[in-house]
Amino acid sequence: MKTFGGPVLFLDRSDINTDEIIPAKYLNEVTKEALGPHLLEDLKLPGFEPKAPSLGNCRVVATRANFGCGSSREHAPWALEVNGITVVIAESFARIFRQNMFNCGMMAIELPADDINGLFSACDPASTMCDVDFHEETLIFSWGKGKSKSVRFALNPFDAALVEAGGWVEFADARY
Amino acid sequence: MGKTITQKIFDTHVKDEPFPGTKVLSIDVVLCHEITTPIAIADLMARGKDRVFDASKIKAVIDHVTPPKDSKSATQAKMLRDWATRNNIVDFFDIGYNGVCHALFPEKGFIRPGYTVIMGDSHTCTHGAFGAFAAGVGTTDLEVGILKGVCAFRPPQTIRIDVAGKLAAGVFAKDVILEVIRTLTVNGATDRVIEFHGQVIDAMTMDERMTLCNMAVEAGATSGLCMPDAETVDYLWPFVCGQYKNDRAEALADFRKWHSDPDAVYDKRIAIDVTALEPVATVGYKPDQVKKLRELFDVRIDQVYIGSCTNGRLSDLRIAASIVKGTRLAKGVRGIVSPATPKIFEEAMLEGIIKTFMDAGYCVTNPTCGACLGMSNGVLAEGEVCASTTNRNFFGRMGKGGMVHLMSPASAAASGIAGKLADPREYL
Ligand code: SF4
Repeated sequence: MKTFGGPVLFLDRSDINTDEIIPAKYLNEVTKEALGPHLLEDLKLPGFEPKAPSLGNCRVVATRANFGCGSSREHAPWALEVNGITVVIAESFARIFRQNMFNCGMMAIELPADDINGLFSACDPASTMCDVDFHEETLIFSWGKGKSKSVRFALNPFDAALVEAGGWVEFADARY
Repeated sequence: MGKTITQKIFDTHVKDEPFPGTKVLSIDVVLCHEITTPIAIADLMARGKDRVFDASKIKAVIDHVTPPKDSKSATQAKMLRDWATRNNIVDFFDIGYNGVCHALFPEKGFIRPGYTVIMGDSHTCTHGAFGAFAAGVGTTDLEVGILKGVCAFRPPQTIRIDVAGKLAAGVFAKDVILEVIRTLTVNGATDRVIEFHGQVIDAMTMDERMTLCNMAVEAGATSGLCMPDAETVDYLWPFVCGQYKNDRAEALADFRKWHSDPDAVYDKRIAIDVTALEPVATVGYKPDQVKKLRELFDVRIDQVYIGSCTNGRLSDLRIAASIVKGTRLAKGVRGIVSPATPKIFEEAMLEGIIKTFMDAGYCVTNPTCGACLGMSNGVLAEGEVCASTTNRNFFGRMGKGGMVHLMSPASAAASGIAGKLADPREYL
C-alpha cells in the first residue's frame, strides 16, 4: 500500500482537465518519471505557480468539481505520483481519472460540496497538512497554530481493495 | 421491468462481481494506440507477463503521431510494433495502413452490436454508435484488458436523449452534439451512458452517429449509444454477411436484441427538438461553452482544421469540399485537412475532394490525429485561433496559448473562406 498524506495543494477551480494536469506534448514520454517536471504546467489559476519549489513538497491536492476531465491519459495520475502526490480530494471526478487513481493504488476521495467549501474557507492554503487515516476513513487537516478540522470520507469496497492491493494489476492478476 | 441496452450488455458479459456495485466484464475487443499502450507494455514486461489474453481480440494502430516527428514518438511506435509482432497481433496497422483509431477500427468491421470495447483513449465512446458498450480507460485498465480480457465498471445509469424534428440545411450531427453538451454541461453525464433515440438519430448515417457518440465523453459520459438498426446492418454487411448467410433480415433481427426495452428505467430523459437548431461553435476552453455562429462577429481565425475521429470521415470531407469548391482560403488563413483513414483518403482522391481542397489552398496531410491534440501536424502558436472539426477545446490542446473553436466541417470550411468564424448557411 502507498503512503498517504502531507502538505496540501489547494486548486480552487472546477473542471481542471487532463491537459492542464499534464499537457499532451509530453505524452511521447515512455517513463513516468519524465513527466515529473511538467505537472500542472499549463494550469492558469490566480496565485498558482506551477514551477514553485513548494509544489514539490505537496502530497495531497484539494480541489473543486469534475477534476481530471478530458482525456483518458493515466499520465495525469502518474505526473501526480512521481511528484509524491497520492491523494486528490474533490467534490467530484471525471470517471476515467478517478478509476485511474485507484487503479494505481492511489486515492481520489470525493467529499460533499459543503465539506469542500468548508475546507477552502477555513484552511490556510500555505500551511495546511492533511493526515489520511485509511482504515478509519478520516482526513485530519491542520494549519496555522494548532487549528484543525477532521472530515470523514467513504470509499466503496472495490476502491478500498485496490488501494490495499496496490492497484488493479495486482488485484486482477491474483484473481483472474 | 425492462432493461437498457447497457444493462443487457453487462448481463451477458459479467465475469465477476468482487463487491456489490462493481462488475468485472469480459471484453470483446481491446483497442490500442501508441500513446497509452507502451507504458502498459513496459509494465507487463517488467512483471514478466509479456503476453495477451487473445491476440484475435486485440487491435492496434499507430495514429496519434505518425509518421513519427521525433525519436521519442518513434520509440513509442516501435514499442507498439515490436509488441504486436511478438504477440502475433494480426490486426496491427502501421504506416501506410494506419488512420485515426475511432475511424479506422469501425471501418474494418471490428465493432459489433452488443460488444464490450475498451481502449486507452477517452473517445472510445465513438463505438457506441454500433450499439456497443465502448469505454475509454486508462493505461492500467488497458494493461489488465490486454493480459486478462476483463475490465471493472460500476454499472452506469443511463440518460436517454430523444432527438425530434428535422435538421435544417447547414446543420449537422456536430451541431446536435454540441447542443447536447451545452444542455448537459461538461460533467452532466459523468458515470452515466447516453442513449440517443428519435427520428433524427434513426435518419442518421453511421458516420453521423459516430460524430454524435464521439463527443459523449465531453459531457462526462462513459459511452454514447445508438440502437443498432438497418443502417448498422448495411454498414457492417461486408463483414457479417457470411455469418448471417446473406440474409439481412436475420442480421437485423439479431442486432435488434441489443435495443433498450420500451419500459427500461432511465436516470433521466431529455427531449430535444432540433428543427430550430442553428450552426454552432464553442467559444471558450470548455466544450459546453457553445454559441450560434450567427452571433459570433469578427472572430478572426489563423487556421482551419478538418479531420479527427469526430469529423474526418468521407461524408465530412464531402460536405466541407462542397463549400470549399471554387473558393480560396481567406488571406492569412492556413487550411489543413486530415482524412481520417487511408480508405477515406483514397475515396476522397477518387471523388476529386482532395483536389478541391488543394485548389483552395489547403494542405492535405496523411491520416493522423496530428493537430487535434497538439502533438504534430498543425500546432498553433501562442495567441492563434483555429476553426476546428475536432472535439476538444481545452487551453493548450492544439498548442500552448492557442484557441480552438469546435464546429462542423461545413462551418469550418465556411470560416476558412471568410477568414473569421462564419455561419455555413451563407455558403451553401
Ligand atoms: S483525433 Fe483527436 S480526439 Fe480523436 S483519437 Fe486522435 S487525438 Fe484523440
